[in-house]
Parts: sequence; C-alpha cells; structure tokens
Amino acid sequence: MTEQKRRTTESNSNVLVEVQNLKKYFPVQTSLLDALLSREAKNVKAVDDVSFKIHSGEVFGLAGESGSGKTTIGRLILGLLEATEGKVFFDGMDVTSASPAEVRGLRRFMQVIFQDPMASLNPRMTIGNAIAHGLKIHKLGSPKEIRNQTNRMLEKVGLSPPAFFYDKYPHQISGGQRQRVVIARALVTNPMLVLADEPIAMADVSVRVLLLDLMRKLKNELELTYLFITHDLATAKYICDRIGILYLGKLAEMGNLREVYAHPLHPYTQALLAAVPIPDPKMKRTKEMPAGEIPNPINPPSGCRFHPRCPIAQEVCSKEEPEFRELMPEHFVACHFAENFL
Amino acid sequence: MVDNDILYTIQDLVVEYTTRTGVVRAVDEVSFTIKQGEILGLVGESGCGKSTLGKAIMRMINEPGQIVSGKLLFDNKDLMEISNEEMRKIRGNQVSMIFQDPMTSLNPVQRIVEHLVETIQTHDFSIDNKMGRSMAGKLISRLGIRTERIDDYPHQLSGGMRQRVMIGLGLVLNADLIIADEATTSLDVIVEAKLVDQLKEIRDEFGVSILTITHNIALVAQIADRLAVMYAGRIVELGSIYEIFENPKHPYTQGLLKCVPTISLDVKEQLYKMPGEPPDLTNPPTGCRFHPRCPEAMPICSQQRPELEDLGGEHYVHCWLYQDHPDKSSSTNEVTL
Repeated sequence: MTEQKRRTTESNSNVLVEVQNLKKYFPVQTSLLDALLSREAKNVKAVDDVSFKIHSGEVFGLAGESGSGKTTIGRLILGLLEATEGKVFFDGMDVTSASPAEVRGLRRFMQVIFQDPMASLNPRMTIGNAIAHGLKIHKLGSPKEIRNQTNRMLEKVGLSPPAFFYDKYPHQISGGQRQRVVIARALVTNPMLVLADEPIAMADVSVRVLLLDLMRKLKNELELTYLFITHDLATAKYICDRIGILYLGKLAEMGNLREVYAHPLHPYTQALLAAVPIPDPKMKRTKEMPAGEIPNPINPPSGCRFHPRCPIAQEVCSKEEPEFRELMPEHFVACHFAENFL
Repeated sequence: MVDNDILYTIQDLVVEYTTRTGVVRAVDEVSFTIKQGEILGLVGESGCGKSTLGKAIMRMINEPGQIVSGKLLFDNKDLMEISNEEMRKIRGNQVSMIFQDPMTSLNPVQRIVEHLVETIQTHDFSIDNKMGRSMAGKLISRLGIRTERIDDYPHQLSGGMRQRVMIGLGLVLNADLIIADEATTSLDVIVEAKLVDQLKEIRDEFGVSILTITHNIALVAQIADRLAVMYAGRIVELGSIYEIFENPKHPYTQGLLKCVPTISLDVKEQLYKMPGEPPDLTNPPTGCRFHPRCPEAMPICSQQRPELEDLGGEHYVHCWLYQDHPDKSSSTNEVTL
C-alpha cells in the first residue's frame, strides 16, 4: 500500500506538505459610494505570508483563536480555495497551480474530518453508503470489494458489527458514533494526509478521549499524516507532535509542541497558554491577560500585529514587522524581543 | 433546613418535554440550593438537562416543555405558586440570565444605552431618560467598557464586551441571582479568561449569586465555589469545588475529571477513556442512569435509583456505593425483588 501511495519522486521524501509564503485575501464587498469614488478595494487578509512544512507521519497542529486563519490554511492545502499568492506542495506536486482534474485526483490522498458530523453527513444517505461513496467516486474496486472495504473500515473505527451500522441513517446513531463515521469516510480511500478541522470540538467531554485515541491508533495503523486544526491547546497536547500558533493570519510561533509549551518565545503564545483554564481549583492563573481582543483583519495593526495587546511592545513593534526566524533549532518565532525569553 | 444565607432552593424539580417519541424527562427530581453571593457551577454534557434546569429556575420553560412538579423557593415565595405577572417582575429584577451568544440576545438596531435604560424603566417607571443614562454609563464603566461606548450598537462591540453588556443588564436592576448559561463558550480563550475574572469581581462587588452552567470542567474549576454535576437529568454529585476535585465520590465525576485534558506537561499522559456515551433521555437506563457506563456497577444499580446521600461537609452524592442496600452486605450477586 505504501508503494502505491508513493507516486511521485523521492526528493525531499520526508516532507509531505510544503506551504510557501501562502496568502489568501478575501475581498470585502464594496459599497456603491466607495465604487463611485473608486476607493481602493478592501481585503480581509485571512492568511498573510505563511510558510511551514508537514513531515510524513507526524501530527502537525495549527492553533489560534477564531479568525486567525487556521481553517483557511487547511482549505488552501486541500485545494478547496484558491490561494491569492504563494504555493502549496503536496507530495512534491504543486496544488496551487494544478488543474481542477489534477486536484480531484489528489483528493483521494488528502481527506478531511470536519467539526460537525451532523452537518457533514448527508441525512438521507445511510452511513455505509456515505463511507463507500469516496471509493465509488475514485473507482477503487468492484461493488463487492467496496462493500468489504467499507465493512472493514466500520470495524476499524469501532462501529461493530458493521452489518448493524451499514444501513443506519445519521440520525439513528449517537453523536460520537457519527464522528466515527466521518473518520471512517475520510480514511477509507487510504489517504496520506488527513485534515482534521476541530474534529472533537462538538463531542462531549467523556467521548472526546475515545475519539482522540481512535485517531491516534488509526494514524499509526494506516501510516497517516494529520494536519490538526484546533483552538484548544490542551487537546492539541494529546495528539500533536509539532504546532504552529497563528495570530491574525500569520504564524507567531512554530516548533515541537513540548518545546513550544515549555518555552514559549512569543508573548502571544505565552498569553494563550496562560489563558487555558487549569482543571484544578487550587491552581489559579497568575499571569495578566493581554488587553483587548483579536483586531479586525481588514485593517490589521502595523508592524507586529500583536503589538497593541503585547505587554512588552516597544516603538519598533508598531513600525517593523518582525521576521519569522529560527531562534532555536526547529523553533521559529516572529517577535523582535523573543531573545528575552530564552 | 433553615439557613439564612440561602438565596434559592430548588426542591424535587421535574421538567418534561412531550415529543413525538414520548415524554422526555430532562430534569428528574432535582434538589439543590443556591447560596447568597456564591458562584455555583453546574456541569454536565450536552443533553443532560442543565440548560433546561437553568431555564426552569426562571420559570421560562415553554411548550412542549413543562415543569411537572417541584418547588422553586425564592425570597420566601414558591415561584410555582405565583402569577405570570408577578413572575415577570422577578425575572430581570431579581433573577436574570445570560446566554451563550450575546448577539442573539441584544437587539441589533438598539444602542447599548437604550437596552440598559429600557430595562431600568420597565422595572422602575420613576426613572427618567437622563437618570437612566447616567446609571447605564456608570455601570458600563464599572464593567470595564469606556462610558462613551454606550451609544454604540451591539455589532460595534467585541464579543467580550457584548457579554459584559449582558451581565450589565442583569446588574442594572440589582439582580440577586445571575444565571450564566455557557456565557463564555463562544469567546476566545484569552477573552474568556478575562471574563471569568470579571465575573468573580462582580460577585465580590455586588454580592450577587451566579449560577454558571457549562460543559467546561476546567473553566468551572477556576470560577466556582461549589459544583453540581449533572448526568442524564439528575444531579449526581454536589459539593464544594475543592472537595469535588480532590475527592470525587460518584464514578461519573471521577471519570469526568480524568477525561479533562490539561496543558501542563508534567501531568500523567493518559486520559481516562470512559466507555459509552450519555444516554438518550427518551429511553433512559433504569435505576442509576450511569450504570451502563459505570466501572463499579452492582446489580442494584440497574434496578433502583439511589437516594441523595449526605457525606458530611456539604458533600452530597447519588450513588449506591455510599448507601446501604440489600446486596451490599452479601457478596452474592442475587438481588431480592
């Protein structure tokens, strides 16, 4: 199976996804007055010059608050959105300049698990058919093989016996089971990359652990690579190997998860980690929270985008944009004063 | 139990919804008290009835739901006995509620000041616009929003500010109890952390009691004085936040606490994998509703509902493990019916 997956050259073999200076601007609807006065069209800079790599077999996390651009990056990688600028390479192939047919061919190898299983499953399709659908579209076997493959997948995600679940409709099963169906559907085509966009956010606390555990188990079994998008740093800790922290469409910090959590170098990462509530009433938060809220991405602050809220901001921060630099081996940060935290 | 620091007593409350598939008992004989000036956390998973319970406390259950029985003792009155007109006065005046999404609770074409002044005037006709405006301004600045922003519309404020305006709507009438139903859930973590701090400050300053309903156990640890854990329509455990986190008694609470991820890197890696999922309340399990998922289930658990057991120190639990029952002494699994 692995040979079949490796379709392209072995150059840079360890890197499955490479994102280079990726930008995505969404135009803001202009008012008639603006159009008449031919004012410059405004853009929401959802993703603004982001670069990173995802290695084969790792779980790369993208974390950030709402509006930080994490979901947009995921969609750009899958070719679901067209990039304004920049490149995305998937297994050596340029997704951003691929033809629609080529992107469709790639889909089999990059699959998605969405947040809300009820919204991403067709209510009129049995779960067996929903899972088999991808196999049929990509013509991966005879009807009998597809049925067998679907059954095997149902078993793999813990929906056993498959015959019991195959003909059920999404509303007839529980929320946790629905999310298992979505996972099965994503994995049945034997993808290389799985984009998991807040995959457990909708599940109940007592069900989340089992889902995370299942995702981890399947990753090892099927040799998958995950791009794990989340706003929850505590959950990320249990699954991600490396993590990128996004703020207003830019990466603030990136590195090995344990390294980033233990020695955060960006004041934003520090604040974000300090804000995560500790499930222990005896441990109260001590760090001051930064002022304000995430600003409007139509008109982001000049220089470093975090400077209006940053506790250590200096004059330079509002003028010059900090470079995203490798301050420690494999630990990148975009802050003028990150040395202070070494 | 006569205790003058008790603000609100809920006794044997039962709320049912009539649906096509049958009667769903969302709140099943729930009893607890809310003390003056405390922050009481109510945690539970989706569908456990925690929001229904919050609404029932304000007597805001609409068709097809219905408060079937129980007492709501507040301010020397049983709220179940009073007229709708009287209840309307209590809502807002003495008990107010904040919901998850402030954008759906605020009128988008009304300025913040109009919301506040209207609220003040609805409950006290003698206050004119000018006075109402100055009251609103003072309150808003106390909540950390600049006074001049009272002339903004809701969409001009950030999510955190909107939620503070909602709190302000409760405080402006000096409510004794604020029910916050997932009030911080739609906010980003940093804003949420700040709002949590602010809720505590508000409690200290105004002496108001806050019932915070949430699914977020880590958050409740940071804010609540006491905690009620709800499962499938029933309160399974109730006690001080320290007691419950340190010494959880109900197997559900024990499991739940071991499910919560933390960011600290030195904590043991493995989270508890609780089997199964919360039950569907149209067809709940018999006896103790947690028994199909319980690692310590005994034969009696599926047959009879446990009583509320007082463990001392205001720690209560609904579990057969802490009660005497016929098959506890004998080691056999036979149960006399």
